[in-house]
Amino acid sequence: MQHGIKAAVLGLIVFLAMIATNFGRDLAYQFHAILIILAAGYLFIREIGKIGDPVKPAETGYMDGVIRAGVIATTFWGLIGFSVGIWIAFQLVFPAMNLGELLKGYGNFGRLRPIHTSAVIFAFGGNALIATSFYVVQRTSAARLWGGNLAWFVFWGYQLFILMAASGYLLGSTQSREYAEPEWYVDIWLTIVWLAYLAVFLGTLFKRKEPHIYVANWFFLAFIITVALLHVVNNMAVPVSIFGSKSVSLFSGVQDAMVQWWYGHNAVGFFLTAGFLGMMYYFVPKQAERPVYSYKLSIIHFWALIFLYIWAGPHHLHYTALPDWAQTLGMVMSIMLWMPSWGGMINGLMTLSGAWDKLRTDPVLRIMVVSIGFYGMSTFEGPMMAIKAVNSLSHYTDWTIGHVHSGALGWNGMITFGALYFLTPRLWGREALYSLRLVSWHFWLATIGIVLYASAMWVSGIMEGLMWREVDAQGFLVNSFADTVEAKFSLYIIRGTGGILYLTGACIMAYNLWKTAKGAGQAVTKAVPAE
Amino acid sequence: MYTFLREMADSWAMLLIFLFFLGVVIWAFRPGSRKMHEELARLPLRDDDVLIEDTGEK
Repeated sequence: MQHGIKAAVLGLIVFLAMIATNFGRDLAYQFHAILIILAAGYLFIREIGKIGDPVKPAETGYMDGVIRAGVIATTFWGLIGFSVGIWIAFQLVFPAMNLGELLKGYGNFGRLRPIHTSAVIFAFGGNALIATSFYVVQRTSAARLWGGNLAWFVFWGYQLFILMAASGYLLGSTQSREYAEPEWYVDIWLTIVWLAYLAVFLGTLFKRKEPHIYVANWFFLAFIITVALLHVVNNMAVPVSIFGSKSVSLFSGVQDAMVQWWYGHNAVGFFLTAGFLGMMYYFVPKQAERPVYSYKLSIIHFWALIFLYIWAGPHHLHYTALPDWAQTLGMVMSIMLWMPSWGGMINGLMTLSGAWDKLRTDPVLRIMVVSIGFYGMSTFEGPMMAIKAVNSLSHYTDWTIGHVHSGALGWNGMITFGALYFLTPRLWGREALYSLRLVSWHFWLATIGIVLYASAMWVSGIMEGLMWREVDAQGFLVNSFADTVEAKFSLYIIRGTGGILYLTGACIMAYNLWKTAKGAGQAVTKAVPAE
Repeated sequence: MYTFLREMADSWAMLLIFLFFLGVVIWAFRPGSRKMHEELARLPLRDDDVLIEDTGEK
């Protein structure tokens, strides 16, 4: 009966998507409708096949299948996202890499850049957050994930969102809001998936066997709720047609810009900071086998972080039409963020007190510590760049890109790698990782890659900023824009090389994780439930 | 409307948020919280490969 109803609903979705394909006004919309036909059609046939099957007994124990899928998806999207990043980095040096003759403009920087940012932030980072939050909330609540297969819906629904977003950018469907480029129907789909994610997470917390909620879950919960709020407000728009991908924002002018950067900076604050701090608060104590340094500090810096981050957005709009008081507010709140950010860093690093010797023998812990180091460094750099005087030099230059990448590659990337190295042997029931030597190689390649990237962008950004503002004795600008482009040539090559090192490290990790999951060179220690 | 919201935001609302935060700090440092925090900090460290489900039979 249940399968019958599901099949009927899926059949209806296929039918509606067929209508949408027929009446679709643009290529991206039609392509997405076909994607939906394929996805819903596949599920439809599967449900039909299940009609009349006896009811399966409810599964027990931790729900790890969806987390295994998440580990695979994280690794896969990471490799894609890093590769696209390297490609566009070299496009900036060698325009021939646009492949204009071959791709007719479809491979240009403007289309590939949002694929890179979305792939690394939402596909790589997002899958990592979903997988680790599902793992952590089960372990620290001593409860199986709530909602049965709803967790699988979250996983596959999120992959569909990623596919629609990436293919949309390529085919020219974008609302041009930074880190929120997908158009209205993709946004609506993500909202549904995200609410399901919230339901699974909250449901698991509600049925927990532990009396209290461990701090990592606080961070994950703040991340899920705030991202839902940000996503809905920032994407308020009216579609031009129900059969087309184009929409018009409800806001205009400076309000639109402010909403965009209220979203944009809190995507950094809650997606890339709060969520990943949730990871840190579980995986660092586990790997170091030490309790968190100060639980009190974790509570205080959590609330301080939540209250301050939400105001920091205006620092992206210094010296614009935004009212001066709002710019100053954004700057002051950003500087105050030093405190809770460093509270988190100190708490993470000091968790190792009494276990520092492990850094010599455990490369996974080394990756985690470097990650926290980069967290501290980029959250020092960020507030500094939010100061108006500094921002007048740094804004619109490569310094910003360098800052973002020391946070993204250093903090988000490295803590995710640490979590993947932690999770893989446990999820596939292996004694240990396939090779610690390869982890060491990954560690050094990634770290040197980030250092090359960040230092090249510092030099390039500050040089560019100084060249832009340089005037001669008569008050004329000394440099043209093209002069700065030429001056940055060698630095862009260094940046791209850093990216290649980082990707090489990630490839080594993928190989290592694959071998670990296959159980190369070791005995199976426990049975993995078939799911 | 804008002026009213603005007035609220930088007076009562700000005071409210600040007092809430102060409350959190005081709550975190209240006497007797140490034992709970120590237990909580150790929560992730136990061995947790297998979930022992409460079957509700007992």
